[in-house]
Amino acid sequence: MAKIVGDVVINVERCKGCGVCVTGCPKDVLTLGKEVNGKGYNFVVKQNDECIGCANCAMICPDVVLTVYRTKIEE
Amino acid sequence: MSEAFARPEIRKPKNNVFKKTKVLTDNVLHYCPGCGHGVVHRLVAEVIDEMGIQEKTIGIAPVGCAVMAYNYFDIDMQEAAHGRAPALATAIKRMLPEKFVFTYQGDGDLAAIGTAETIHAVNRGEKIVIIFINNGIYGMTGGQMAPTTLKGMPTSTSPYGRDIQTMGNPLKITELVAQLPGAYYVTRQSVHTPVNARKAKNAIKKAFENQAKGCGVSFIEVVSNCNSGWKLSPVKANEWMEQNMFPFYPLGDIKVDGELVK
Repeated sequence: MAKIVGDVVINVERCKGCGVCVTGCPKDVLTLGKEVNGKGYNFVVKQNDECIGCANCAMICPDVVLTVYRTKIEE
Repeated sequence: MSEAFARPEIRKPKNNVFKKTKVLTDNVLHYCPGCGHGVVHRLVAEVIDEMGIQEKTIGIAPVGCAVMAYNYFDIDMQEAAHGRAPALATAIKRMLPEKFVFTYQGDGDLAAIGTAETIHAVNRGEKIVIIFINNGIYGMTGGQMAPTTLKGMPTSTSPYGRDIQTMGNPLKITELVAQLPGAYYVTRQSVHTPVNARKAKNAIKKAFENQAKGCGVSFIEVVSNCNSGWKLSPVKANEWMEQNMFPFYPLGDIKVDGELVK
């Protein structure tokens, strides 16, 4: 059966750790991490591999941190 | 730094569904974390990119938080005096009628010091796009009360909340300009959820298409947050906005194709 999988690439240095993308993700993929970036913000990290590539997170990210990929794979 | 849960095998250009548009520069936005300005900047840039009008678009930056918008758009930009963006847009559009001209203004710029310029530019039916970010506060200068501040809302100059008796009523300038014959498309959107952001993008696209057709003013209000001015976290600010801003500033189209719909 075909399955939609996605991946989100996080531009760590652009992230300001606002957490708005976390609320937009339907699969709870994103969360704010414990590490900080060069500006001292707790940047967003992935906590599971359930991303479906819907790009909801990127749609509401104010700082254009995220790049989203999506494809269909056969299982 | 190792990246957890990465799927490098699908990171190919053909699988890309979202990336930063080339109309935005690589500069990191100076806005506070979670500010709606960043989303609206991106939506405007994406619309310009999708319509293929990057070389033909002139933006007008306001005074306010978005004063440095010209750093982020890779298009021709002009900085206006405080509140005078619609007047400057009028001049540019009349001089260069084949260009796409938009202004990008906040509520302190458009609804306070620039009220006269806004109303007269709309009334004249100038063929421009006005993008109005309403967060009910003067964000850049430290969270003072704006004309659009809600009743009872505490700000640094109304610490006990806005008192209608002494400080007046909040101004719904979008409903005001919708009454003018020069307004062709007037709508109110928000960008705090993916659905609303997509709707706002469609509205911005429609506004630029109206300008291509030579119709009157397209006026897009985006109800946005100001988590620094409101003294809330970004996510809490969005919730506060839903509970308090939207009942007073209801989302939706107000005037479409020159006809009032609300």
